[in-house]
Amino acid sequence: MTAPKASMQKTSMRTPLGRVRNLGASHSGTSDFWRQRLTAVATALLIAPVVVIVLMLIGRNQAGAAQILGAPLIAIILILFIIASAWHMKIGMQVVIEDYIHNEKLKLASVMANNFFCVAVALASIYAILKLSSGV
Amino acid sequence: MVEFALPKNSRISGGKTWPKPPAATETREFRVYRWNPDDGKNPSIDTFYIDTAECGPMVLDGLIWIKNNIDPTLTFRRSCREGVCGSCAMNIDGQNTLACTRSMHDVKDGAVKVNPLPHQPVVKDLVPDLTNFYAQYASIEPWLKTTTPTPQKEWKQSHEDREKLDGLYECILCACCSTSCPSYWWNSDRFLGPAALLQATRWVKDSRDEATGERLDNLEDPFRLYRCHTIMNCAKACPKGLNPSQAIAELKLKMVERQI
Repeated sequence: MTAPKASMQKTSMRTPLGRVRNLGASHSGTSDFWRQRLTAVATALLIAPVVVIVLMLIGRNQAGAAQILGAPLIAIILILFIIASAWHMKIGMQVVIEDYIHNEKLKLASVMANNFFCVAVALASIYAILKLSSGV
Repeated sequence: MVEFALPKNSRISGGKTWPKPPAATETREFRVYRWNPDDGKNPSIDTFYIDTAECGPMVLDGLIWIKNNIDPTLTFRRSCREGVCGSCAMNIDGQNTLACTRSMHDVKDGAVKVNPLPHQPVVKDLVPDLTNFYAQYASIEPWLKTTTPTPQKEWKQSHEDREKLDGLYECILCACCSTSCPSYWWNSDRFLGPAALLQATRWVKDSRDEATGERLDNLEDPFRLYRCHTIMNCAKACPKGLNPSQAIAELKLKMVERQI
């Protein structure tokens, strides 16, 4: 659905105010709004050390990488960066889905897929960092 | 999905070129959107030439001249002709604005292109159907709400508190901002749009109002409020120089303030 379409107005006998009020306010959205800002600031702060770490990893073999990631501070910085950026990615993509997909079923499926994807990416990355970091 | 192309019956095709006024020494070309609900045809763009010596400087003057001298069926809203009523809001040279305060001399390069406000159903020619827009304004309950018994005289407000309403109370509800907002184009059935949200801010910030929390409750919604992505087309379009984007940011800040 986009703007109030002429065809919609013809078939619906609800008043314009009834249509606008619809199901009422959901009393949510502020948490996502706040978390999006929170993760944006966190990612901005973490990006510089992450770039340095990635530069340090260039050209190293697995043993060399494991040695660098074995330092607790480096592993923690990388894990924090993954959490913040994956969370930010999840919220941002959900906003795009809500903006552009108006079919309710397709929207719910897309939001669900987005959640699965972001959690999978985050967990896979964290698992890889921990594995290298602990040298198992 | 969002519709990126116009529906078939809204696609513009053809249009009539009306002859130049024979006695005119200097003319200005106007290209005006035309659509008549009664003839079953698609919209078209008509070309008119106005006699600039006989016509006032504003785009609205040009449209009135066309209606008086060329085609009396040209349909548009107008009333105050001085930027106070908001009736003649339309899209001029790609920008939503008031025809009465936009000089045709400010439109550079060739023809003055005039279209109805974007992404609204058209009633006829330049007249959009703003039913949903007005209902959204009504939904924010734009009146003083109090529980305290009404005082003998007026509700009092300090000068400082009154100043907080500057930049908000001047809105004339012309709909230039809301219809310029891409978020409103895609989701106007659920997103209240910059005009209604600016008015909501006006009542949220009014020191005399006792329903601030209820008002925020009514707005706290991923679609009603949070569809605003600070695109700022609203601030660019506003013919009164207001900034709905900033007003909406203040609403979001208040939402966070009462949670954290």
